[in-house]
Amino acid sequence: MTTMTLAKALNSGLRAAMERDPKVLVMGEDVGKLGGVFRVTDGLAKDFGEQRVLDTPLSESGIIGTAVGLAIRGFRPVCEIQFDGFVFPGYDQIVSQLAKVRFRSQGKVPMPVVVRIPFGGGIGAVEHHSESPESLFAHVAGLKVVACSNPDDAHWMIRQAIASDDPVIFFEPKRRYWEKGEVSESEPAPLFSSRVVRSGADVTVACYGPLVKTCLEAAAAAEAEGTDLEVIDLRSLSPLDLGPVFASVRRTGRLVVVSEAPSEASVTSEVAARVQEECFHSLEAPVLRVTGFDTPYPPSKCEDDYLPDLDRVLDGVDRALGW
Amino acid sequence: MSRPQSWVPTDPRSAPTREHVLSGLKGTDEGGAELVQLLTPEGQRVSDERFGSYADDVGAEELQGFYRDMVLVRRIDREGNALQRQGQLGIWVPLLGQEAAQIGAGRAATPRDMIFPSYREHGVAWCRGIDPTDLLGIFRGTDHGSWDPIAARFHLYTIVIGNQCLNATGYAMGQRFEGKVGEGPDAEATMCFFGDGATSQGDVHEGFVWAAAYDAPVVFYCQNNQWAISVPLERQTRVPLFQRARGYGFPGVRVDGNDVLACLAVSRWALEECRTGNGPVLIEAFTYRMDAHTTSDDPSRYRLADELELWKLKDPIERVRVNLVREHGVGQEFFDEVQAESDELAARFRAFCVAMPDPAPDRMFSEVYAEPSPQLEAQKQAFLEYHASFEAEGSLAGPSTGGV
Repeated sequence: MTTMTLAKALNSGLRAAMERDPKVLVMGEDVGKLGGVFRVTDGLAKDFGEQRVLDTPLSESGIIGTAVGLAIRGFRPVCEIQFDGFVFPGYDQIVSQLAKVRFRSQGKVPMPVVVRIPFGGGIGAVEHHSESPESLFAHVAGLKVVACSNPDDAHWMIRQAIASDDPVIFFEPKRRYWEKGEVSESEPAPLFSSRVVRSGADVTVACYGPLVKTCLEAAAAAEAEGTDLEVIDLRSLSPLDLGPVFASVRRTGRLVVVSEAPSEASVTSEVAARVQEECFHSLEAPVLRVTGFDTPYPPSKCEDDYLPDLDRVLDGVDRALGW
Repeated sequence: MSRPQSWVPTDPRSAPTREHVLSGLKGTDEGGAELVQLLTPEGQRVSDERFGSYADDVGAEELQGFYRDMVLVRRIDREGNALQRQGQLGIWVPLLGQEAAQIGAGRAATPRDMIFPSYREHGVAWCRGIDPTDLLGIFRGTDHGSWDPIAARFHLYTIVIGNQCLNATGYAMGQRFEGKVGEGPDAEATMCFFGDGATSQGDVHEGFVWAAAYDAPVVFYCQNNQWAISVPLERQTRVPLFQRARGYGFPGVRVDGNDVLACLAVSRWALEECRTGNGPVLIEAFTYRMDAHTTSDDPSRYRLADELELWKLKDPIERVRVNLVREHGVGQEFFDEVQAESDELAARFRAFCVAMPDPAPDRMFSEVYAEPSPQLEAQKQAFLEYHASFEAEGSLAGPSTGGV
């Protein structure tokens, strides 16, 4: 076990993947000498050279589109999109090519590409720097979508994503980059799996990314008031691994799904729909959601109200219990 | 005020004047010394100081080969159109008129080179050894492309306009990273096909930027067929397209796209530039889409029949036939043989098409992911059980159309 920040855990994961396979490339805006605006790629250009750590032109469609071509050539590119709200110029290439080349070629051309996206709010940023667009990718067949929430997962999930022959959209909770945690010596869990991070008996709380910590804090607060929350880190948003959620809901009868993203047609909608399909007779209350609002991401002085926090999670829990 | 009709400047510092702009400037004219030609529309072989040597080896035998290529792909193209009209294909995308642009470029590439097509490149596919029947699934709806793009070094058709320019650039970057650029015998290049309409797409510009930034060995091969469905070239550009390359820092060449020899020579030159490290290069093959955009299109709504008649005088196949007869004394027997071969090929193409089975019910779930998704597997199982229940009991919709 080594203790490190989430950003450093990603960095060491990238380094390990690059050492393991010479076909792994890191590419993106400012990922070279600068080490990325969040320093996630710090030192990689120095150690692996500029043909494996590419400071690219400022062009997101170019980053994804050339990564697709490099993958056709046999490389395993890891693309960095600098901020969540900047991914959309590359969305066409992600949806039209990255997600579909394998299916189009019936497996003759795999697409082992990872697209890393720092996501979520809470850092007081200007517009386009705090969004949670994961549902826009989870909806796209051919893509896999994951979100890490802690250093251990950050390190191992990025390595597993790079090793995957499927395109993986990899969401990193940017406001947790500097939080420290222990990193295991070996894989703690398969990539596309959810995980119970706190066992409890009264209400199940499903969450991912930056809000896992928030939900664990809420659980600690609830415990003081005599309510026992089970917290599940979804980790994989597409495919969803809902077996542990179903098992939990069958015991607790109550589920609150928590996310920073707007609720409409989202990952949280999907979880709610699937749980009512699978656990209908176990539910003591409707599946409730605590999410961002269905607005564009607001000016940062509003974000404390926009983002689900400990109190809003507990409010959701109270509503589930009081039904 | 004078009313100039065109602007094809030779001086790179020049810009259109107010008079050019106000007169409805067309940056599209064929004229000018820039157009590379080795075979005139009248079938006369002519010289070109810069590129002529790249086709010096082409004698009667090679030219007969290109003639055969063009006749065969045109015959397949016409058969594709007919199959659509008869309900055997959902759509067909004609290449009529672009045979020289495609065969010249396709025959210039070596087996080591990689090619990224758009969706009209049936002639280039032919040059890569892809059987024409392998194209049918796309248009009949049984697959999205059935050949192996890695083995053929010919990527699957890309339908989203311009996407492939970035994919090709990335591939070419990979060739460079792997040390496949240089003087060695294993040097490679990439060729990317797109049309005049695609030049307005961001991905094409980004491809130009990236290829220049990484010195990628990619030949951008623009078939300017004058029409993006119904929209003429002047809605896409103020300047002749080949001149855009200058702004990105690499050479651009305009070639007579109906001249198979010129297309061959310029493509050979461009590929050699790329293989030896002086890429990228832009080629504008100046040609004409003699048929509709697709079988769903009706060009009579937006262009004059006169235009087609003018271009028929510049037909890419006829000029080769005339040259073979006049300058090489090729007799009628050869042309009859090619005609007979093309009819046989078309018959095989047709027979294959009408016998193509529909995909099995599980086809749509196949190869979505390398590692199967449990959700998708569950959907698949549920659907197959549902589907099987009809087969057992008989569908109200009638008998099953069968599968493989």
